[in-house]
Amino acid sequence: MNIGEILKKLFGESGFAGFFQSGGWQNAIMIVIACVLLYFGIVRKFEPLLLVGIAFGCLLVNVSYFIGLRGDDALYHPNLWSAFLDPTPGNAAYHSYGVILKEGGFLDILYIGVKTGLYPSLIFLGVGAMTDFGPLIARPSSLIMGAAAQLGVFLAFFGANLIGFTGNQAASIGIIGGADGPTAIFLTTKLAPELLGAIAIAAYSYMALIPMIQPPIMKLMTTKKERSVVMTQAREVSKTEKIIFPIVVTIFCVLLLPSTAPLIGCLMLGNLFRECGVTERLSDTAQNALMNIITIFLGISVGATMAGSQFLTLATIKIIGLGLAAFAVSTIGGLLAGKVMYRVSGGKINPLIGSAGVSAVPMAARVSQIEGQKANPRNFLLMHAMGPNVAGVIGSAIAAGFLLSVFGG
Amino acid sequence: MNLFMEVAASGKMISFGENGLTAVLGYAVVFAGLLALMAILYLMGVFFKLRQKKRSEAVLPAALPAKQSAPEPEEPAGEPAPGSAGEIRRFDVPDKEAAMIMAIVADQMGKPLNELRFKSIKEVKKS
Repeated sequence: MNIGEILKKLFGESGFAGFFQSGGWQNAIMIVIACVLLYFGIVRKFEPLLLVGIAFGCLLVNVSYFIGLRGDDALYHPNLWSAFLDPTPGNAAYHSYGVILKEGGFLDILYIGVKTGLYPSLIFLGVGAMTDFGPLIARPSSLIMGAAAQLGVFLAFFGANLIGFTGNQAASIGIIGGADGPTAIFLTTKLAPELLGAIAIAAYSYMALIPMIQPPIMKLMTTKKERSVVMTQAREVSKTEKIIFPIVVTIFCVLLLPSTAPLIGCLMLGNLFRECGVTERLSDTAQNALMNIITIFLGISVGATMAGSQFLTLATIKIIGLGLAAFAVSTIGGLLAGKVMYRVSGGKINPLIGSAGVSAVPMAARVSQIEGQKANPRNFLLMHAMGPNVAGVIGSAIAAGFLLSVFGG
Repeated sequence: MNLFMEVAASGKMISFGENGLTAVLGYAVVFAGLLALMAILYLMGVFFKLRQKKRSEAVLPAALPAKQSAPEPEEPAGEPAPGSAGEIRRFDVPDKEAAMIMAIVADQMGKPLNELRFKSIKEVKKS
């Protein structure tokens, strides 16, 4: 064997040769996309805690494709997950986590936490432990704005069906309008796992872009007079009310839609840890250590679903477009409810807080605050906007529960 | 082994009618759910407000003589400062000292001043 043959053999076995194999160009493009996402996460600070993990997961899966050519060393195997979902009689891999554990790579094993809905639910535990529901309890009418701001979910669902997505896929695309990353991941994993990468990227990208997406709509839909309204301080909420709140919400929402139990249950358990006053250590762990660990696992395993052949499709472009429309329509829905409440309250409620109903805690509330202060420097809307903002979290979980009940069958 | 074979689309296509009905029904369910939750929270609020009122009425007669001798709160002067919310009751505390106290409390708590709510500031005189 001469040196030329040895070098040729080495190149043939290296990952670089994979670029010239069938579909290899798709992985090369995905590597570039992963680097662009890393740039947005690190330099532009777009939801960096999740985007950096997602982008790196995307990088790993598309690089490890080349390793996979030589054998079973790939970090993530979409074909194993396809077999996992294939109910053909005699398919031993159907709904078998044992096969995944035996034959899967590092990212396949991490992905089990996404597939089972474990990571989104545990993220909600942390979100609950970090959220003060006081503004919502003090002004329960905030829930109307949280409900109205789910308009984009159902309009995007309707639109996605019209342009050729299946019911399951349309439901997963629609939930992007809820502006709630964990909920979008939870629902998509259950209903349309093949779209998870595109939907997660769309959801988190638009959440990061809220300060750019919402202000023009807010200005378009409200007058200067409405934006200038200074709201009076809401009543003080007692500790007992804050303790009872998560228990009441859990009982009510889970009885109403049992499929919301993992999300609402974890959100409210986290909040109970925070408010009850006797579980400070658990609250601290849920807010910090656990949240950070799950964020790492969730980000990297969602990124792993962005394999070239699955992500570089026309469907991804449609999802990006529908996601943007869903966000915009949800903002409009929240603002419309805000305007109705402005009228009903005799001008006491600033309609800008309605746009915060699209979840995205606390980014959307901050945007309401900024736009309110632009109209009137003495305006301080942040705490008022937190009411619809956290109502939106509950609203999007109920919307997800409904869609899961209809299509999860 | 083809690592990246196409994955089949999940679910089935639904008709235009089913599509519209599901969208409208879904939005209605979210609204109904949150409206019912709102009603529960209002009831909870009324209950706690009544309880609070009863408690303060029970405490009031006992506290009345002491209250009569306490200094009257100073009226807030003029327009509130930019970014402020609500009012603060001050008892024998000049503006500058009140502002300084609030700034120190915010600094020690590590929170921005505009996220804190001060109800009253009262000077405690040593006997």
